[in-house]
Order: sequence, then C-alpha cells, then structure tokens
Amino acid sequence: MSAAAVPSETGGARVRTTAWGTVRRGIRLSPELTRGLRVTLVLAVLATAGRVVIPVVVQRVTDDGLLVAGGPDTGLVYRYLAMAAVVVVLTALAVYAVNVRLFTASESGLATLRVKAFRHIHDLSVLTQNAERRGSMVARVTTDVDTISQFVQFGGIMLIVSLGQITLATVLMVLYSPVLAAVTWGCFIPLLIVVRRMQRSLGTAYTQVRERVGDVLAAVSESVVGAATIRSFGVEQRTAQRLDTAIEDHRQAATTAHIRSSIAFSAGQFVGGITVAVVLVVGTWLAARGDMTLGALLAYLFLVGLFTQPVQQATEILNELQNAVACWRRVIEVLDTPADVADPGAGGVDLPRGPITVDFADVSFAYPGGEQVLHGVTEHVAPRSRIAVVGETGSGKSTFARLLTRLMDPSSGAVLLDGVDVRDVRFASLRSRVVMVPQEGFLFDDSVLENIRFGGPHSRADVALALTELGLDAWVEGLPDGLDTAAGQRGESLSAGERQLVALTRAYLADPDLLVLDEATSAVDPATEVRLQRALDSLSRGRTSIAIAHRISTAEAADEVIVMDAGRVVQRGPHAVLVTELGPYAALHASWVANQAAH
Amino acid sequence: MPTADLADGAATDRVIRRAARVVAIGVRSQPRLFAIAVAGSVLYGVMTAGMAQAVGWVTANQITPAIADGHLTGRRALIIGATIGSVVLLTTIGVLLRRIGGGFTVFNVGAEYRRLVTRQYLRLPLAWHHRHPSGQLLSNAHADVEATWGIFMPLPMALGVIVMLIAGLIQMLLIDPVLALVGMVIFPLLFAVNAAFQRRMSARVTKAQQLRAEVAEVAHESFEGALLVKVMGREARETERFAEVSDRLRVAAIAAGRTRGTFDPIIEAIPTFGTLAVLGIGVGRVASGAVTTAELVQLAYLISVLAFPVRALGWVLGEVPRTLVGWERVNAVLSAQGSMGHGPTRLAGQTPGARLRLEGVGYDYALAQGEHSAPSAIPALEDITLDVPAGRTVAIVGPTGAGKSTLSALLIRLMDPTSGRVLLDGTDLRDLAPGALAEQAALVPQGTFIFDDTIRGNVTLGAEVPDETVWRALRTAHADGFVAHLPDGLDTTVGERGATLSGGQRQRLALARALVRQPRLLVLDDATSAVDPTVEQAILAALGAGTGGMTVLVVAYRMSTIALADEVVFLDQGRLVDRGTHAELLARCQGYTDLVTAYAREAAERAAVASDEEQVDDAAIAAGGER
Repeated sequence: MSAAAVPSETGGARVRTTAWGTVRRGIRLSPELTRGLRVTLVLAVLATAGRVVIPVVVQRVTDDGLLVAGGPDTGLVYRYLAMAAVVVVLTALAVYAVNVRLFTASESGLATLRVKAFRHIHDLSVLTQNAERRGSMVARVTTDVDTISQFVQFGGIMLIVSLGQITLATVLMVLYSPVLAAVTWGCFIPLLIVVRRMQRSLGTAYTQVRERVGDVLAAVSESVVGAATIRSFGVEQRTAQRLDTAIEDHRQAATTAHIRSSIAFSAGQFVGGITVAVVLVVGTWLAARGDMTLGALLAYLFLVGLFTQPVQQATEILNELQNAVACWRRVIEVLDTPADVADPGAGGVDLPRGPITVDFADVSFAYPGGEQVLHGVTEHVAPRSRIAVVGETGSGKSTFARLLTRLMDPSSGAVLLDGVDVRDVRFASLRSRVVMVPQEGFLFDDSVLENIRFGGPHSRADVALALTELGLDAWVEGLPDGLDTAAGQRGESLSAGERQLVALTRAYLADPDLLVLDEATSAVDPATEVRLQRALDSLSRGRTSIAIAHRISTAEAADEVIVMDAGRVVQRGPHAVLVTELGPYAALHASWVANQAAH
Repeated sequence: MPTADLADGAATDRVIRRAARVVAIGVRSQPRLFAIAVAGSVLYGVMTAGMAQAVGWVTANQITPAIADGHLTGRRALIIGATIGSVVLLTTIGVLLRRIGGGFTVFNVGAEYRRLVTRQYLRLPLAWHHRHPSGQLLSNAHADVEATWGIFMPLPMALGVIVMLIAGLIQMLLIDPVLALVGMVIFPLLFAVNAAFQRRMSARVTKAQQLRAEVAEVAHESFEGALLVKVMGREARETERFAEVSDRLRVAAIAAGRTRGTFDPIIEAIPTFGTLAVLGIGVGRVASGAVTTAELVQLAYLISVLAFPVRALGWVLGEVPRTLVGWERVNAVLSAQGSMGHGPTRLAGQTPGARLRLEGVGYDYALAQGEHSAPSAIPALEDITLDVPAGRTVAIVGPTGAGKSTLSALLIRLMDPTSGRVLLDGTDLRDLAPGALAEQAALVPQGTFIFDDTIRGNVTLGAEVPDETVWRALRTAHADGFVAHLPDGLDTTVGERGATLSGGQRQRLALARALVRQPRLLVLDDATSAVDPTVEQAILAALGAGTGGMTVLVVAYRMSTIALADEVVFLDQGRLVDRGTHAELLARCQGYTDLVTAYAREAAERAAVASDEEQVDDAAIAAGGER
C-alpha cells in the first residue's frame, strides 16, 4: 500500500497524517468496519481464485482435449467443463457473501461515524460553530461520509481483490511463460508512471469542479434567498449575469476534468490492447521456437485480460482513495476539534433547584485572536433579583450573557452559580436551570406547538396554559391554524416579532431558575411587550432574571441596572438612583426618553 | 399472472417512451456533440467485436503457419502487430470520441438548463418563491439538472454496444450457426437480468437517495438552530433524531447493497457459463469438422470480450428513473406560470416625491398561494384605501401581526394585491414596464439581505454610480463610519449574507442601498430595529421627512419615529382602523393609544406600585436568607 501512504497536501503547521494513518484512524472510529473482516477477506480471496479458472480451463481444453492426437477427447473436455462450472457457482456464492458482508459492515460503521460527528458538532462551542459555514458542517455528516462509504463498498475491497488478482495472474503468467510475463509487465510499467502523474492533474481538476459547484450553489442560493431584494431593486439582469458566470465556469471546469479522465481511461485501454499485440508477436516467436504451445499462448491471452482489467480498476480506485481519504480526514478533523466548552460529565456538580446566585469573579474575555471585549468584571447578583444590563452596541453586554449561560468560557476569572464554577456544573443541570432567550428566535420547520414545546415533554394543554399566562392566547388564535400553524423553514412563515413570541413561550415553559433574555423582545410591538414584561415579571418572581435591555421599560422594571461601557461595568444601581447620577446611564436614558416622548 | 406482466410491460414501455422524449430534447440541444459521441461509440463497438475476429484471423493465417514453420519471420511479426495494433488504435479513438462527446453533451445541456431554471427563478413572482423551500430550488437548479442529463454519459456507449452485439452475432453466424445459438441465448439473457436488476435497484436507490436528502435536511436544520439546541440543552434529543434517520438510511443502503450483491455475481457468471457452453458444444463441432479449434477459441474469446460492455445497456436503464424524476422537477420550474405581468408605462417623475394611492387593497395569503380554495378567516390585509400626497412622510403603526410588512411588500410590488389596486402617480403598479417601479421606489425590509460582494457592490447593485454618491448614501445611513474603518473601504468583501457585519451594520448598508438610487418613494419596514435609538434618530433626521422631498412610508414603534411623520396610519388585524396626526389618533383611537403609550403607562404604574414592590422584595430576600 505504498501508493496510499501519500502525505496530505494540506495540513500546514498541523502534523501531517499519512493517508494510511487517516484510514486506520477512521477504521478505529467505526469499529463495525472491521467486524468479521477476516472472513470477508478469505471469501474475497476465494472469489479471486475462482476467476482465474476460465483461462486455465481454456488452455486445458485446447491442449489436452481438442488438439490431442486422434481427435478431440470429448469425455475429458466434459469433465473439465463440469469442474469449471462448479467453481464458477462457488465463486458466485463467495462474491455474493463478500458483497453483503461489506455493505452491512460499511453502512453500519459509517452510520456510527455520522452520528458521532453530528453529536460532536453540537458539542463544539458557539465560537467554533460560528467560525464554520453551516453548509460545510452539514457536508461532514452527509456527503463526506457518503463518499467514504462508497469507497469502502466498491473501492476498498476491490482494491484488495484487484491486487490479489494482479498477483495471481502474474504468478500464472510466469508459470505459462516467464518471458511473456516480463513483456506484459514491461508494457504496463510506463502506464503506471503516466497514470500516477495524471492522477495528480486529475485531482486538481476535480478539486476545481468541487469549488465551482460551490460557487454555483452560492449564486443560486443568493438568487433564491435574496428574491425579494432582487425584485425590489429590479436587479434581475445583474443577478442573471452572476449566475451565468458561475454556471459557465462550472461547465468549463467539469469538461476539463472530464477530458483528463477520458484520456487517462483511454490510455489504460490502449495499453491493454497494445499488450495483446505485443504478447501475440512475442508469443508466436516463442511458440515457433517450441517454447510454448498454441493452447498456452491462447490461454495467456485470457490471462492478459485478467491482468489488465484489475490494473485499470486499481488505478481508478487509487483516484477514489485520494478522494475518500480527503473526506475521512475532514470528518476526523471535526471529531478532533476540541469541544473547548465541554460538559464536565459524571465528575460535574448538579445545582440544587431554587433561585440562583450569580458571581462574576474578575472575568475577562477576548475572542480568539481578537481584542479583549470584557475587562476584569466582578459582580454579584443576589438570588431572586431582576437585573437589566444596558450599554451601547459593542459594550460587551451580549458577551456578559454568553459567559453567564456558558456558551463561552472566560479567558480569565470565573463565573460562579450558587458559588460553583459554571465550568464544573453538568450540562444537564445547567441547561435545565439556566435558560437564555436569544435575540433571533430560531424555529424548526414544524408547527408552532412543537416549536414551543421543543424544550421538553409538555402537553398541548401545558402549552395553551403558558400562552394564556403570557397573554398570547389571542395572538395564537389569530394564526391561520392556531397552535398547528406551520412555522415554515427557520420559522419564516411568521414575522420576526412572532418568532420572538414563540421563543419566549418556549423559555417560559422550561421553567428555569435563572432566565437570561438577550434583547428577546426587540421586534415585538410595545403593547405586547409590556404585557409580556408583566408576565415575565411574575415568572421571574422567585427566580433570578438577567435581561440585556434595549428599551427603557426593561431597565425601569428591573431591581438593578448594570451599565456597561467598553467591556467594563461603569455603573450599577436601581434605575431611580442611576438616572440622577452623572454618567453614561443618564445620557442613555435621556436619548431613550426623547425616543419615547411625543411631540 | 399474465395480465399483471402485461400491465407491467406496458408501464415499462410508457416509461421508456417518456425517457426517449427527454433524451430527444437533449439531443436537439446538442445534436453535433451527441452525433460525435454516437459515431465514436459505433467505432468502438465494431472494433471491439472486430478484436476477436482479428485475433482469430492472425491465429489462423499467421501464428499457426509460423508455429508450423518453426520460425517467425519479420513480415509475419509485423502483420500480427499491425493488425492488432490498428484495431486497438481505432478502438481507443472510438472510446475517446464517445467519452468526450458524451461528457460535453452532458455538461453543455446541463449548463443550458441551469441557465433556463435560474432565469425562471428571477422571473417568477415572489408568491411562487414563498411556496417553494429554498433547499428544493437549489436542488432543482443543480442536482435535478444533473440527474436529468446524466443519462447522456452511458447512452452513446449503449448505442455502440448494440452495434457491437450485431457485429458479434454476425461473426458467430459466419463461423458456425450452431455455436451462434449460445450467443443468441447469452446476450438476451444478460440483458434481461440487467434490466431486472436495474428495475429492482432503481426503487431501492431512489429510496436511499430520499433518505440521504432527509439526513441532510435534519443536519442542516439542526446546525442552523445550534444555538437554540445548546441553550435548551437538547443535544441528546437532536442526536437521537439524527441517529433515527441515519439508521433508516443504513437499512435502505444495505437493502440496495443486498440487491446488488445478488445480481453482481449472476451477471458475472452468465458469460462465463457462455464460454463453457461454447467449449462444450464446440467439442462436438470440432470432432465433426464443422469448425476448427482456432475458430472455437475465437468464439469463446468473443463472448468474454462482449460480455462486459453489455452492462452499458443496464446502466442506461438504471439512469431512466433518475432522468424522469429529474426532468419532472426541472420541468415543473420551467413550466411554472408567473402571474406577475407588466405593462408598457414608464413614469416621467418630475417631482422629487411620488404620489401613492391604495384603492380597496386586500391581500390573502391563502388565496394568493392557491393552497386553500376558501379565503382565510382573517386575511392579512382587507380593504385598505389610502392617499399619500407627494413628499409626505407616513408612519404605519400596528400590533405584531397586523399586516404592516404585507402592506410594505405590496407598495413595492413584491406581490400583487388579491383585491383592489396600488397606484403610483396615478398609474396602477401592474401597468408599469419592467424595471420602471424599481427606478421610482425602494424598500428597506425588516430582515436585510446582503450579497456576497463588496460594500460598493452591495450599495450600487451593479449600477454605474460614482463613489462620491455611494459615500453620500452611506453618510445619510450613518454607515460611512464603519465602512471607512474596513480594511479595503468600499472594496471590502462582506462574506456570505454579510456574515462579517453586525445586524445594525447590515441594516445601515441596506438603507444606503435604497438611498443611493434617490427613490421618489421610500418604504422602511421597521428597518432600523437593530440600530441604537440615537443612531436611528440621526438617520431619520438626515432623511428628514421632506428634505429630499421623497415620499416616505415608515413602519415604526418608536415614538420618536412616529413624531417625524406628517400622518399616522393605524393598522390592526389587516384593517386600516384610523389615520390622522399622532395627536388626533391619541385623542380618538383607543387601540392606537394603548399601543404607543404602553411604555409610558407601564412606567407610571410601576412608579405607583414601586414602594409596595420594594416591601415585597425585602420580605422575599428575608425569607431567602432564612433558608
């Protein structure tokens, strides 16, 4: 397998894993792949051996049965043919068994790999997830795994069988005629060298095609997702041009790759044919000298076929191997990305139920490779208090919320819940006690009902009750199908405000001990917001709530306001007090009031 | 069950005929390339069958005499090499022409249909887009086009194979009619087994393909909602959901594998048995002197050479279901009828602001989408009549779900009303020429869409606009500050959907995009929600109700925004409840008053109960401390 041990071309500073290393690692990740592999291999060897029987029979029949003195020996021919028939049937059975075993093992193994990678992607931190395009993450658990599975089913074992067949054919060829065997190999060695070189250019061409496909999809997606914008600005012409460019570039890349692969394929066929010509000439010369019989020469022709076919196949499979290894590497890369915000698991602590105390102990945060956005924040939030966090865009208030809910971990310092470092709290406990409502309400393509009870096993009546308590019953009744209204993809059948209503109801049902709202009502009308605010007030009574605020009412309703500026807490206190103090809050308040006031 | 077989046969016949029609469409599109591919394939077919003939001929006329002579002359060696070599060369040329011709046909027809499909996307009305998930439209333009024309890869080969089989059978008949019978049994049998295999397989492959799409959908949605999954701690449940659909895929793929596993060895064994049969029957024929040994070997060789290409016929049959399904989906897009027609009118537009009039405008999503025959109980908009003189600023106010965004979309003709009409400068929007409305009016929607382009490209959208004008628009939208700080200024690329920008920055960029066109009607649909209140104030002041003289309709909640408007329109449940100045509405419209004074009333009430609440809180803290 020396050909497989090509170091990866990408990798940069990372330690380069060989293709073979990647395959080994991949197999370890999917133990089902090797389950029963030995039996499969034995069967594969049997199947290969069975294939060789035909040329042998042809030679025997010709030399011993047909060309014997005194005319054909019919009895002997039939005996040979009967034997051959039995071998063919056994071979077919072995091939069947190999196929079924392979499909079962590979599909089971790769289903495991798929699910493992899927889970790991969800375990990655928000930062890592956001650094990746969603589409690329989807590819890891879909097309990448599919490519591997196709390779394992058709390529992997074929490669082994082909190598076996090449070996066996070579042995037989040498037995028939060492000279002809040398001639055959002599014809193929230049091909192998050319093919190796072509593989590289073919690889580049296919990479190009994959990139161009990505461009086409991006252009089409823009024309579909941006349909409203394109229409309202009347820029159909320009969009069409962008699409045409992407489509034409893809066509050119695809034809280039196709021409190269056609040449590589034809070269194989050509060499195979030329080998036959050379073998016939050299074979005739040998036969004329009395070194071999005509039957042996004809049998040798069949052997050439048995040799050429796997050689051509093996070169194509090596192509696929490169591709499969690249995919395997991508999946392993995801699994090797550390889940830096990890669940402490069994060794972790469970928080007892009841209102939560929050402590920030000298917490700083910087995005990887970015500026520091939070500087040594130390704050204590008493249980049952309702806190509003205010500040300009970029003041660090969203970072505050994300550290609090452990979507990210601080660069230094610690966030403590009930005195326990949040990094030591088991996720199961943390996520049931601390719930955050993000600004963008994401909905699954399901009914409003199912989206609301996403958090857990709630009955329809529970959901209806929650909506009534939040004063949202009238809103739901106004929807086309009430609770059963379809939310559409990403919830797009609902307006931005309505999506936020669903998200809030969802959090309300989850009944947390610490509720964190990150501008969760920014797109809701004032009357509804006030109604919600009241309902949430009664909800947060007896629990701790922290709201990233964008409106004056939230700050006014809170027990205390934390004012952030440039990553620091600059003011803290009840609204009534802060408003009288000289500082950023008074200024912020003044602009809010100006916004609220009528003429 | 002969009737069932007959019905099945008729169905297959129909399927083949439908596939032939699709193929004919493709051939008409690229006749020359397809002809090259078929010619190459015929050459390949004839030469492949000719190879056995050539081997037989050199064996009989050159090799056997040479062995008999006990000496190989240079002349004989040359004849052997040249005969086989030229057959090989012609075969290779045939293969090259076939593959390259076939490939070019596939890619050229594919590109053509991708262009046609995406043109439809741009042409069809927004209501059509709302009915079709974007994932489906993506796959229509890419995967379905590929599936439709993929058949052109194996098709030339299959046509060549038919020629090859005919040539092969003629050869067999010429050598010995009795032995040719073996070929006449083997090849049809091989074809029948292949056809059966493909029929069995295509159902399973389609099933697996569907499940593959489902796996992708679950993964896509789950990753899009990754933040939600995290904050609700639902990773395990999501993994279960994914594992469930993965497992169904596993089962389907194994079922497909079992079918392949069964047929593969059978298809491989048939020609082998054919070779054995030729030898078995041939012994008698040689004994009786009907054929020579060399001819017998040639026949055996012929069967083994022809066996593999026969599979190409199976490949074509295997492609047929994919072609038909793909074409069905592509054709659904191509034949979709758009209701968005245009008239010939262009607006002269002398005044800086446009005059807007709505006459009994209604919009019902159920009617528009044609999903229900009956109209909705509460349509999104009903009987809106409204006059907006040129240069006016009108605020549209209403609770969440009142129909404000629908109204905004109708003004810019993203949709046509299901009743009534919208007039700009007295002309029905439907009578305007293509592009005429975009010259006059611009909408900044609630959710902004940013192209994967530069800042300049996103503002101008390809129009020839001097940088100075771009900067002015950015300045008015308060976006000049952050753009100036970007590494390449106007030439900075903003990434997929403007990923590198914050929500507020995206909104300001979208605003600049509208302003740069100096529209006579500007519609702002809650377009500054992600912008700080102070910045919003500044933007609105710069737009300055009236300074540009443009007509502005603005959907708003903020009191300061409403204050800038000359007039307020209050919408509730799709109806225009009242209109007038802010003061007038406050005085007479209860719903409006409740909505816009909600915060103020809340603040007042809070102040009133503040002292009580403090006491309650103190008690609660005391109770908590005792715990």
